[in-house]
Amino acid sequence: MSTTPAHAAPRGHHALLDAAGLRTAIIASFVKLLPQHAFRNPVMAVVWLGTLLAAGLTIAGLTSRGLGWTVTALLLVTVLFANFAEAVAEARGRGQAASLRRARKDLVARRVPSEGYTIAATTIPAADLRVGDLVAISAGELVPADGEIVKGLATINESAVTGESAPVLREAGTDRSGVIGGTKVLSDEIVVRITAEPGHSFLDRMIGLVEGASRQRTPNEIALGLLLLTMTLTFLIVVITLPFLAGFVGATLDPLLLVALLVCLIPTTIGGLLPAIGIAGMNRALAANVLAKSGKAVEVAGDIDVLLLDKTGTITHGDRQATAFHALAGVDPAALREAAMLASLADPTPEGKSIVQLARDPSRAIEEPPHARFVAFTAQTRMSGVDLAGDGTRPRCIRKGASDAIARHVEALGGEVPTELAARVEQVARRGATPLVVADGRHVLGVVELSDVVKHGIKAKFAHMRAMGIRTVMITGDNPLTAAAIAAEAGVDDVVAEARPEDKLARIREEQARGRLVAMVGDGTNDAPALAQADVGLAMNAGTQAAKEAGNMVDLDSDPAKLLEVVEVGKQQLITRGALTTFSLANDVSKYFAILPALFAGAIPSMAALNVMQLSSPANAVVAALVFNAIIIPLLIPLALRGVRFRPSGATALLRRNMLVYGVGGIALPFVAIKLIDLLLAAVFGA
Amino acid sequence: MTEAIVVLLLVIAAGWPLGHYLAAVMRGAPMHGDRVFGVIEKPVYRLLGVDPSEGMTWKAYAAAFLASNAILGVLAWVVFMTQAWLPLNPNGAPNMRWDLALHTAVSFLTNTNQQHYSGQAQLSHLAQMTGIVGLQVVTPMMGLALVVATLRGLFGGRTPPSASAQATVGDVDVGNYWADVVRPSVRVMLPLCLLWSVLLTWQGVPSTLDGGPVATPVDASAGMAAQKIPLGPVAPMVAAKQIGTNGGGWYGPNSAVPLENPTPLSNLLEMVAILLIPVAITFMVGAFTERRRFSALVFGTMLLMSLVSGSAAIWSEGHSATASDIAVMEGKETRFGAGSSALWAAVTTQTSNGSVNAMHDSLAPLTGLVTIANMLVNGIWGGIGCGLQQFIVYLLLGVFLAGLMTGRTPELFGRKIEAHEVKLLAVLVLLQPLVLLGFTAVTLAVPELTGNSNPGFHAISQVFYEFTSAFANNGSGFEGLGDATAWWNLSTTLLLVLGRYPALLIPLAIAASLARKRVTPEGIGTLQVETPTFALTLVAVIVILTLLQFMPILVLGPIADHLALSAP
Repeated sequence: MSTTPAHAAPRGHHALLDAAGLRTAIIASFVKLLPQHAFRNPVMAVVWLGTLLAAGLTIAGLTSRGLGWTVTALLLVTVLFANFAEAVAEARGRGQAASLRRARKDLVARRVPSEGYTIAATTIPAADLRVGDLVAISAGELVPADGEIVKGLATINESAVTGESAPVLREAGTDRSGVIGGTKVLSDEIVVRITAEPGHSFLDRMIGLVEGASRQRTPNEIALGLLLLTMTLTFLIVVITLPFLAGFVGATLDPLLLVALLVCLIPTTIGGLLPAIGIAGMNRALAANVLAKSGKAVEVAGDIDVLLLDKTGTITHGDRQATAFHALAGVDPAALREAAMLASLADPTPEGKSIVQLARDPSRAIEEPPHARFVAFTAQTRMSGVDLAGDGTRPRCIRKGASDAIARHVEALGGEVPTELAARVEQVARRGATPLVVADGRHVLGVVELSDVVKHGIKAKFAHMRAMGIRTVMITGDNPLTAAAIAAEAGVDDVVAEARPEDKLARIREEQARGRLVAMVGDGTNDAPALAQADVGLAMNAGTQAAKEAGNMVDLDSDPAKLLEVVEVGKQQLITRGALTTFSLANDVSKYFAILPALFAGAIPSMAALNVMQLSSPANAVVAALVFNAIIIPLLIPLALRGVRFRPSGATALLRRNMLVYGVGGIALPFVAIKLIDLLLAAVFGA
Repeated sequence: MTEAIVVLLLVIAAGWPLGHYLAAVMRGAPMHGDRVFGVIEKPVYRLLGVDPSEGMTWKAYAAAFLASNAILGVLAWVVFMTQAWLPLNPNGAPNMRWDLALHTAVSFLTNTNQQHYSGQAQLSHLAQMTGIVGLQVVTPMMGLALVVATLRGLFGGRTPPSASAQATVGDVDVGNYWADVVRPSVRVMLPLCLLWSVLLTWQGVPSTLDGGPVATPVDASAGMAAQKIPLGPVAPMVAAKQIGTNGGGWYGPNSAVPLENPTPLSNLLEMVAILLIPVAITFMVGAFTERRRFSALVFGTMLLMSLVSGSAAIWSEGHSATASDIAVMEGKETRFGAGSSALWAAVTTQTSNGSVNAMHDSLAPLTGLVTIANMLVNGIWGGIGCGLQQFIVYLLLGVFLAGLMTGRTPELFGRKIEAHEVKLLAVLVLLQPLVLLGFTAVTLAVPELTGNSNPGFHAISQVFYEFTSAFANNGSGFEGLGDATAWWNLSTTLLLVLGRYPALLIPLAIAASLARKRVTPEGIGTLQVETPTFALTLVAVIVILTLLQFMPILVLGPIADHLALSAP
């Protein structure tokens, strides 16, 4: 299985943008100066208005021309930088989507009438496909639309969607039967049932999401936006009232410097980067191959308290493998092997295949016995097997299934269940394996041990979650013994055994009633209610359409441990907002010390004592503060897009670290930076 | 410095048991003394026609608070305007002008006690004992009631409908307003006032219903043949003014007058009284909410800020460049000296008390800066109830920022702070600079309005101090303003109202909104507010928030004043 390990390094995109993307972003920075966009962000709107005001003051000759145009230019650049930050974030997301779009324009589909199509396929444009259509796709062709494989298996290159070039295996009848439109089949031929109307596939949604227009602000973003607006209004009041206060002591203030002061004080750093942080959150989730249906879902993921996981396919590989035969006393082990193999020859499940694999003699070809009638597994009988009609030999009726089902079957035939069986069954279960009992007629032959192998590295991931404060609960249909053994091996915190599908929903409701935010990972149709009820429902892309519709995120790799990455993205996004807000406000302290002395320099000479940075001249002080204010935005774009690093340590340790870096650092850094810029200005232009 | 330490130790020693007693009183469960106090309380409830056990939603609670204030305010206003015709007026105080009476009524109603009049000359005994002392006793308990209701809301309301953490549909029960006011008034405020009255009377503070004697000045050069010494029931009023973070004195110069503050011991007693209940409330919080560490957070944070601000005031008054001036004793009582005056100035502005034992106008400019900063923060101990209420506002803001930085959407005690709560917080955050800077700018733009005694930077401090004191419901005056004008009376009346009611009601509304949300159990990933790390973050948020908004005016006022005076 070549799905990407969840801990793989972020793929591609080492540079922020390529040349074309950069050009697009720069153009977009100017387009975003238009009022309909500029006024969506109140903080930057104030800067934009300040720019116009500064230009007006300069033209009207109310301030010195040189300084006037310099300030105007710096303010304009500040707005452009903020626009650029947003444009870069959008362009990065769109970069992935755009190539897809190109690929989709002329996709064609070979529609076929049935799974085992006999009539030649009709070639139609992909846009004409409807849900339920069947299409055949051969090696080298592109998948025309989202769908599920109904026949065959293939290796597929999903790099167009996931950015991951290693091919993945998709197979009918397994957890990984989903295929995505626009990806390329590398080998074999498959028949796919289309599950999404054109224009409504995940890719279409993804394209919509990364394009700013359809992006909705998340609840926390709205709340923080309100706080930033409040701070902006506060400083507006401060600056508007200042000339009256100064006028009382006979000081006339240069209106240009007041505009400069205002722009320096309002939280432009976080205000300019806030949209970019939100878009980048979605992009980072996407880079982890998780498609979030909304930014809110990513944000909520950061708050998760409990994670509910289905055992199968999540904690274990899911395809249980036969690992041993345990013949009962007095039974020839070879007889057990043979019976188990015969009962499994026509069994299409991975378990069945693995029994054949383990039982067969590798040197001999398998011969299907003649006159065999295969009995498929049903939920009622909970057995499968084969009836062999006599060909000189006596007729045989071989069954394999759960121990209680076989016991009933044998007793019904008048046989007797050996007392030894219960001990054998329990022995196997205690190891965390699933016991499968094999009977030939009314004789119980023994037990096949099916081991469900716990995924490599899963324990470490759960430990990681625990460190973040997330409790993991495993849900399984297994008996309590098996469940407990697997739970211990995987290191989950809690386990629900012998669970029916409705138990998942009940457990989620119970956790939510205790106030916890619950994430659920699932793939099956019977998971859909639970996925919908959970605060975060992560559906596997290879899973059923119902599950995908019910969840609010889809993992394109179908790797359930991926939730961990989404949680980190959610947390990083919040930390980045908090850290940059703190940084932005802390910056104001030094900016005051740069601009206030400059503002009062002419009228109140004693104010020179406040010029603690010893800046070379009032004009240089103002320019230095504005340059810092503008340039910090592009300097922090990488941080905004990448996110502040999250370490799963206690909340207090995180707070301490971020306060030191962004709070204390936010106060100290601009003192140094403004002084350096001033030295540079003084060296180049003089005081 | 010794005095500061003695005051602090006494206050903590007395505040600890008092805080626990307060918690029991506010919890309302059966307790010792029910029979005795019931004798007073039951008739009061009957008179008011209320059932003290009935629960109220936050809206009903707020309505009861506003209604009781409206009625008391109008009564006091009428008494001040008609006192000349009413009994108990031995000194012959005339009726107050309507605007001065309005300002005085609102000032005492809002637990501010800003005085644009001189009590000894302009109020009758009846007015002092009803309109002044009556409000001084009951209004601090209203503040306490509101913060207790807010605390109930923050923890999900009284007797939550079930143990489940699911969101509640309707508004939760935040307590009974009448019980929350009457119980602490009868069981805490009145006994303490009685105790302090006795102690102060013992120290020589007048306690009589007579008008006072006429004395012949010893120093004939004063040019006065005789001087009327106005007396009255001063001790009970001084007790109430200090215990209840009121600050309005019997005499114009407040506790600088020997008749209000005769001895070093009375000075100590009064300073302890100023801090007693505000400090006790920090201990009450833990016992009331059954979270002892919450008390540690509130007490620790406030103590830290108090120590820094107190030390700065004392240092500035004794050692700063402007303190060495010979004029440093102008406006101060020689009996107390610079150190004790600075300590009192710091304490009275930290607690929103507003009584003074020196004229703040005469403090060194940087000491003046400290007093203004204390009132701008208004949550270093703070007024009874209002201080903690303001602290909760800072807590919500601090949690919002700090919560983000721990990677979770912000929550306080397990309840999420979202756009609705931030919107309400924004109103409070915006109101302060809008009102303070707006009114200061308007007043300074029209110099005829100011009535300043000083020109220049000092005048900016005077005007800004007056508005800040009104908005913070502190009540102390920088003095030096001719503030009994219609402009000052009406503008400060508006600020008194804006500084009191939104500050008490908006946090209650926020708490009620939080109470309806589902509670997330605290885990290792959730922000722990009761830690030194968060406490320091909170202090940083408080200081930076205040500093950033008011830096320019503080630079133009006290700091420029300081720079001008210290210039060679």
